[in-house]
Amino acid sequence: MSAPVQTETTLPPFDVKATLRIYAVVLSVGIFCGVAIVGVYEITKPIIARNKVAARQNAVLDVLPRATTSVAYQWDDAAESFRIASSDAEGDGLVFVGFDDAEKPVGVAIETKGMGYQDFIRVLYGYSPQEQAIIGVRVLESRETPGLGDRIEKDPVFLKNFEALDVSLAGDGKTLAHPIEFVKPGEKTEPWQIDGITGATISSKATADMLRESSQIWVPRVGTRLSTFTTTEEGED
Amino acid sequence: MNDESLATIFINACLVNNFVLAYFLGICPFLGVSGKRDTAVRMGAAVTFVMLVSSVAAYGIHALLTWADAPYLELISFIAVIASTVQLVEMFIKKVSRPLFEALGIFLPLITTNCAILAVALFQTNKGYGLIQSVVFAFGAGVGFTLALFLISGLREKLELADTPDIVRGTAITLLLAGMLSICFMGFAGLFN
Amino acid sequence: MAVGLQTEVPGAADDFLAGVWKRNPVFVQVLGMCPVLAVTNTAMNALAMGLATAFVLVMSSTVVSTIRKIVPHQVRIVTFILIIATFVTIVDYLIQAISLGLHRALGAFISLIVVNCLILGRAEAFASQNRIGRSILDAAGMGVGFTLALLCLGGVRELLGAGSLFGVPLLGSSFEPWTVMMLPPGGFFSLAAWLLLFSGLKQRRERKLAGEAVT
Repeated sequence: MSAPVQTETTLPPFDVKATLRIYAVVLSVGIFCGVAIVGVYEITKPIIARNKVAARQNAVLDVLPRATTSVAYQWDDAAESFRIASSDAEGDGLVFVGFDDAEKPVGVAIETKGMGYQDFIRVLYGYSPQEQAIIGVRVLESRETPGLGDRIEKDPVFLKNFEALDVSLAGDGKTLAHPIEFVKPGEKTEPWQIDGITGATISSKATADMLRESSQIWVPRVGTRLSTFTTTEEGED
Repeated sequence: MNDESLATIFINACLVNNFVLAYFLGICPFLGVSGKRDTAVRMGAAVTFVMLVSSVAAYGIHALLTWADAPYLELISFIAVIASTVQLVEMFIKKVSRPLFEALGIFLPLITTNCAILAVALFQTNKGYGLIQSVVFAFGAGVGFTLALFLISGLREKLELADTPDIVRGTAITLLLAGMLSICFMGFAGLFN
Repeated sequence: MAVGLQTEVPGAADDFLAGVWKRNPVFVQVLGMCPVLAVTNTAMNALAMGLATAFVLVMSSTVVSTIRKIVPHQVRIVTFILIIATFVTIVDYLIQAISLGLHRALGAFISLIVVNCLILGRAEAFASQNRIGRSILDAAGMGVGFTLALLCLGGVRELLGAGSLFGVPLLGSSFEPWTVMMLPPGGFFSLAAWLLLFSGLKQRRERKLAGEAVT
C-alpha cells in the first residue's frame, strides 16, 4: 500500500482498504438479497402450487360437466399408453381424466395452444368418449382484442358450437371420421363444423384449427383407452 | 422449444408487436431522446446492440438457472448483465467515438433502466425461444425500437416549425403523436396467421 | 432529477403529500411511464400494479436509507439495483400466491418494475441522503401518487373501453364500447388527455396569479 504523494498529479493510490470495503458491502447486500428471495420463494412455493392445481381442476370440471374430480395422466409415446401423473405435473402429453361420484371416467380434458390474432391462445377442451364429441371448451389464456377477438370466450352463439362437437372415430380407431371444420358464420350444417364469429374471423378460426389438430392426435389415443383410466394407481402393469 | 419461424419472430417483434407502440416498452427514452432524428437513430443503435448482447446472456443464464433449479435468481441476474453490458458499451463508445459519446450524454447510462432491454430477456424466456430465435427476436425488437424512435423524432422535428398551443407542447403532443403512430402500427396485426 | 428546495424544514405531511400531488411521479415528473401505459387497460390491473410498485418503492427506500452510510459511493447504483430487484422478485412471488389470474394479467410488467426509473430515482435522490422515517414517507407518498395516477388512467380506459369499472358494468348494455381505449393507442391518448388537463389547470392558475400580481 503506497502512501499518497501530494506533489504528483498521478492517479490516486490504490487503496486496498477501500476496495475491500466495496467488495464486502456489495457481497453482504448480495447475500442478504439472496436469502430474502430464497425465503419468500420457499414460503410461497406450496401456495402457488396449490393455486395452480386448483385453477386447473376448476377448468377441467368446467369442460366436463358430469365430472366431480379429475386425475392427470401422462401419455407415454414409447409404451403407447397412459400412466397416472401427479396432480401438479406440467409439460406436454398431459391429459386430465374426469371422474364422477361413482369413480367412473366420464371424459378427458385436453389442453391445446395456437397462434391467434394477437398472441397465443390456450384452450382446454373436454372430450366425452361416450358421446364421441367435444362437450365443453374453456379459453385458459388469450390476449385477443377486447370486444372482438375475445368473443371466443363470451359469444354465446360461438360457444354453442362446443356443446356436442362431433369427433367420432373412424372405423380404424386411429383417425377421426370427420376432422373439425371451420365454416363461415351461419353456414354450419354438420355436427363437426364450427361456426365462425363475424368480426373475429382470425381468432375463431385459430380456435377451430387448434381443436382440429389436437383432437386428431388425442381423440384416437384416448377414445380407445377409456377403460384404462382409474382414479388411483392400482398396481397395473 | 418454440416453433415460430425466424421471419415471423423478426417481423412480429419489429412491426406487429412493436416494443414501443404496442407493448409500451422503452417509453422513457422514447419521450426523452426523440427530439432529433440522428440522436434518435444512434440511441436506437446502442439499444439494439445492448439488446443483442443481453439476449445471448439471458439465454445462457436461463439455461444455467434451470439446471441449478434456481428460477428466482433470474431477474437479478438479467439486470446485472444488462447493467454491465451498458457499462461496457459506454466505455467502448467513449474510446471509439468521442463525439458520439458526447452526443448521447446522460442517455447512455439510462439505457440500463430501459425496460425494453429487460423485456427482451423476459419475453424470450417466457416464449421458450432457442438461441438463434432469441437473437433474431432481440434484433427485431431493437430495429422496431429504432424505427419507432426515428418516426417520432421526424414528426417532432417537423412539429418544431408548427404553431402548437402552449398547453400541448412537450410530452402531451408527443403522446398524442405516439397514439396515432400506434394506431397505424395496429394495421400490421394479423400479418401472420 | 432535482429534489424541490423548500424554505422551511418540511414536515412529515409535506414529505408524503409531495409525492401525491406536487411532485406526482406520473403527471409531474413523467417517470415510470412504461407500466403506466401498458397495465392500465383495466382499473383492477392499474390498482394492482400501483400497489406492487408502491410496495417495492417503500421497501427498497427503507433498506437503502438504512444502509446509506455504509455503501461506498462508487457502487451505490449497483447496490440499489440489487435491492430493488430483490423486492421485485419477492412481490412477483407474492402476487402469484395471492392470485394467478392477476399475475397473468400483469404478466412481465411485474418484473419490469425493477427498471421503473421512479424507484431508482427516489433511492438515489432521496432515500440515500435522508433518514429512514423521511424516506419511508417520501416513498409512500410517491407510491400513492403513482397508484392514483394509474387509477386515473385505468379508470378512464376501462370505463370508455368496456363500459365498466373494476369489472362492474356501469354504462348499461346500450353503450357501444370505445375499444381503442383498451388498446395501446388508448393508453397514449388517455395519458395525453390527463397531462393536458393538468397543464391547462396550471396555466390558468399561473395566469390568475400573474393577473393578481399586476393589480
